[in-house]
Amino acid sequence: MTTDVASPPARQRTRRRAGGLLPSPGWGYLMIAPAFIGLVAFYVWPFLTTFGKSFMDVPAFGPGTFTGVDNYTELLADDRFWQALRNSALYTVILLLGVPVAIVLAALIEQVSRGRALYRVLFFLPVVTLPVAVSMVWRFIYNGDFGLLNYVLSLVGVPGQYWVADATFTIYAVGVVGIWMSLGINLIILGAGLQSIPQDLYEASSLDGAGRVRQFFRITLPLLSPSVFLVTVLTVISALQMFDLIFVMLRSVNNTALADSKTIVYLFYEKAFVEFDQGYGAAIAIVLLMVIMAATLVQFRLQRRWVFYD
Amino acid sequence: MTDRLTRSGRTERVAAGSKASRRGEWVIHVVLAVAAVVMVAPFVWQLLTIFKSNREASQMPPTLLPEDPTTGAFATFFGSVPFWAQLTVSLSALVLRVIGQLVVSALAGYAFARLRFPGRRLLFGLFIAMLMVPSQLFLIGQFEIIRDFQLLDTIPALAIPGMFSAFGIFLMRQAFMSIPAGFEEAARLDGAGPLRTFWYIMLPMARPTMAALAVLTSLYSWNDLLWPLIVTPRGDRRPITVGLAGLQGQFGTDYPTLMAGALVASLPLILIFLALQRQFFSGIASSGLKG
Repeated sequence: MTTDVASPPARQRTRRRAGGLLPSPGWGYLMIAPAFIGLVAFYVWPFLTTFGKSFMDVPAFGPGTFTGVDNYTELLADDRFWQALRNSALYTVILLLGVPVAIVLAALIEQVSRGRALYRVLFFLPVVTLPVAVSMVWRFIYNGDFGLLNYVLSLVGVPGQYWVADATFTIYAVGVVGIWMSLGINLIILGAGLQSIPQDLYEASSLDGAGRVRQFFRITLPLLSPSVFLVTVLTVISALQMFDLIFVMLRSVNNTALADSKTIVYLFYEKAFVEFDQGYGAAIAIVLLMVIMAATLVQFRLQRRWVFYD
Repeated sequence: MTDRLTRSGRTERVAAGSKASRRGEWVIHVVLAVAAVVMVAPFVWQLLTIFKSNREASQMPPTLLPEDPTTGAFATFFGSVPFWAQLTVSLSALVLRVIGQLVVSALAGYAFARLRFPGRRLLFGLFIAMLMVPSQLFLIGQFEIIRDFQLLDTIPALAIPGMFSAFGIFLMRQAFMSIPAGFEEAARLDGAGPLRTFWYIMLPMARPTMAALAVLTSLYSWNDLLWPLIVTPRGDRRPITVGLAGLQGQFGTDYPTLMAGALVASLPLILIFLALQRQFFSGIASSGLKG
């Protein structure tokens, strides 16, 4: 969709038109001014601040002192940092497992002639429900002593667990909630992709005797791959930034599992805004940026192997 | 754009809805219904729990329906939480942020789409670069600015940084670029200046995108936890998310009360969603939601 508008011919056309239209450049600067001031004050400058502070030792009050890469060397030697990185990576992988589910469900929704709007609304409800609120509901469901999940498992003979109080399970438990919460968004993006697949391809292949499953793998999946790519990129970026699910589902006075279940952003929040060690916090944030950039870059590299553009 | 796709997609599908695809349809409905039940089950459990007593909610095996339905959970929640104050804070921050976002993004989006001035591409590149940086990287600096302007524990503190988003500017730019230039030329020949053209001709035509941007911004604003947590150190002027997160410490395992609070706090946005589904879906389809 976006590519449609920004494709080179379209861009050239607008440029030529805009050229003829031009008033004084003053209007341009005037209209950009609010955005520019806000962006510099709240994004560019803070970005530079964070970058600078990551090389400093910053006390809670007063100016910091330059300490070179000390924060980074300390970070790389910190077991809690590696633990947080592993947790975030595991959470991201779990969320990626939700993508095939979304593809199948999106394809099924496109197949039905009635009830599509209803399904979309039902699948989308978790997206528009306060993350803090759904975290509380899931925390209740996961409760080790009287939670619904353990009860349902006991009916089929599976022993119950302390899902959010035992560090063996926490990331998996939170990951299931993450999949559940993001499914609606993925369905919408994939649904838009499915609707742009020309219908006559299916008709032609039906005439050739291809069944539905075959059509799904031969037509739907390849033509949907740009949308799938978008969904995976967005999933990885947002999964690496997960914070609130951990904050609400795991944090309590006596939950010892939290210590081993922190994500990168949780660690960042704790260092920068609870302990007020901003230099160290800034270094965590910069590493997060590098992790996200690396993950995105790898995906763009890999897309040549599986994303189909016509 | 999404609109058009939806419509054309639908007509084509009706045409293709031959006997072959009709036959298998109930199987698909069964699969989708099972999935939908799984998706909705936590909400149903939440609703059922609200009307149980705390004792009933924490017994094993659990009861499905409340044995002795009570609305005590709501009474406890409203009796002990400054809910209306928190609701006011959340709503005020939301309105302020949405208005600010629309004004800033529409102005800049139009300039980037239609006006020519030196440095335009460089500036746009700068904005787009910010789109790729995770939001946590800005928090320390944003906090300092808010603190230095003595805005901690105020509603503007909650709303201001979110008004400026590269995403909003990008979305509005796309919208303005897709409007045929003939409209502007006509206005210009009639002697309208850039500001009049923008206000009377272009803005009304970009209304669908503005609506999509408004609902997405509302969603971010209403759901945000980390930023409000940081800029409300004193504790009054806390939005609903922070209040709800704190509820857990207060009520521990009084789940009926917690579930009631979770429901009441989520309801406003769910209602907005049910009323404006189309805007939500088109906003997300055209962009992808940036968490």
